[in-house]
Amino acid sequence: MASTETKADASAAASPSAGAGGNGGAGKPAAADLAGLEAGLDALDARTTTRPPIGQVLRRKVVPPVIAVVLVLGLWQLAFGLELKEPYQLPGPLMVWDALAEEWYKGTILSIIWQSVSRGALGFAVALVLGTLLGLLVAKVKTVRAAIGPILSGLQSLPSVAWVPAAIIWFGLTDATIYAVVLLGAVPSIANGLVAGVDQIQPLHLRAGRVIGATGLRGVRHVLLPGALPGYIAGLKQGWAFSWRSLMAAELIATSPELGAGLGQLLETGRAYQDMSLVLGAILLILLVGIGIELLIFAPLERRVLRQRGLLATAH
Amino acid sequence: MTTTLTTKPTTASAAGAGVQDARPAMDEAGYAARIDHVSKSFGRADAQQLVLDDITLDVAPGEFVTLIGASGCGKSTLLNLVADLDKPSAGAIDVPGGRPSLMFQEHALFPWLTAGKNIELALKLRGVPKPERRGEAERLLELVRLTGAHRKRVHELSGGMRQRVALARALAQDSQLLLMDEPFAALDAITRDVLHEELTRIWSETNVSVLFVTHNVREAVRLAQRVVLLSSRPGRVAREWAVDIPHPRRIEDSDVANLSVEITEELRGEIRRHGQH
Repeated sequence: MASTETKADASAAASPSAGAGGNGGAGKPAAADLAGLEAGLDALDARTTTRPPIGQVLRRKVVPPVIAVVLVLGLWQLAFGLELKEPYQLPGPLMVWDALAEEWYKGTILSIIWQSVSRGALGFAVALVLGTLLGLLVAKVKTVRAAIGPILSGLQSLPSVAWVPAAIIWFGLTDATIYAVVLLGAVPSIANGLVAGVDQIQPLHLRAGRVIGATGLRGVRHVLLPGALPGYIAGLKQGWAFSWRSLMAAELIATSPELGAGLGQLLETGRAYQDMSLVLGAILLILLVGIGIELLIFAPLERRVLRQRGLLATAH
Repeated sequence: MTTTLTTKPTTASAAGAGVQDARPAMDEAGYAARIDHVSKSFGRADAQQLVLDDITLDVAPGEFVTLIGASGCGKSTLLNLVADLDKPSAGAIDVPGGRPSLMFQEHALFPWLTAGKNIELALKLRGVPKPERRGEAERLLELVRLTGAHRKRVHELSGGMRQRVALARALAQDSQLLLMDEPFAALDAITRDVLHEELTRIWSETNVSVLFVTHNVREAVRLAQRVVLLSSRPGRVAREWAVDIPHPRRIEDSDVANLSVEITEELRGEIRRHGQH
């Protein structure tokens, strides 16, 4: 029926009054027809991305790691029970728990954790600014990229603990030493992430940006930075991991009464007193803080960005 | 040009609002685009490859021109030159109505923005004040029959819907000249057919001039007032046809088919020349 109607219109419009380009001959039925056809096509083609129900998320994402942790604790307890090592060398899970509880009752544990987390956060924030500027420079200026691009990616494979002796010689046993090591660890990751993100932008998006007038700084603001966001966030994640690692290395080596005590110093205290329960407890805390910040801040941020762009579609 | 379709008056006036601004410059010039003895070569100085050779072509205000040719005829290169994404090696290009808009074969929408925000970005870069952008974007979505799609993410839209949003974004630039680089080539036949009708409708409502590149002869005849055939390697204007088949046309119409056969014969002749060495 649709085709007969349009045919009728076509012959009606063949009269001389219908000039070139003038679509005046088309009657309402044809237009309504087209709108209906289009609505049908859209409905048939539209994809919906749905989030899985909460129960399914729990079953697939939460239960497996919980089982894994319980298994590890069980094996640990078993090894302790079989006395594979002397108890002072291999304390059981409960002894480690008691050691941490003791620190908790002393009232120092929260300030120790806070000391490390605040150092890590401040160091990361400064690394974020420096790494972003450096990354933009390397990504957009060809000579800068040729000059320091390879060095920047090479620096990522240098363990930042290697900077600790140098930093101590420069700055002594001060906070400056700790921040220097954190920055040297995190800045290359963040800069490299941004460079990778910029390189991954589709050339078509850059051309489309130029066509609609996003040139110069407006191009950076509206096309380059948002386009580079997925790679940039991956860089931030790695930057945080490197910050945290570097911070622990620095705190472990640079211990002095003038420096506030962080988790690294707690670890060093445990070693000095041959207190294996405290050492294992400190390791667990370092791990928990690192994982916690990754899970609470970076993972949701990354998921959000990827989902927005349809790069994390779960269903069609 | 009469606009007597079922569109609401707001749509027609919104689309026509900017037309008055750039119109005088274009009317004075008498063309929407002038391509004047343009040549383009690529490659190093000692191994130059001539892609476009002495192309001269005017697009009249409000005219719909399709460029067809086999691969290697430089039709996309020519569009890039008109869009000012590249510079001609010789000759001059004049677009009196300001920066032309350009639609690609891929939608080229930004995936970090919603459909509506993609359009609003083009409006913002054109200098439309913030309070007006939302309403203007809604009107443009309505024009491409995607009312209510403002908040949709690009990946949630079908191929045809994406190209319609891309068309709305191109129209948001309020340019007098719309360049289209095989914009429907990646769509299925049914969707392409519908988009042909939509493009014809929008073109007749907005008064925009269109320079449309395709390798699909039927599509060229279905849409255009004038079909320009480019030869290949180097691209030269081989022949032109005025298409006076009245609208509404359909791709199955016998008039469209007859002219397509004629043009295809000519195109095949051009291609055969390259086999005779």
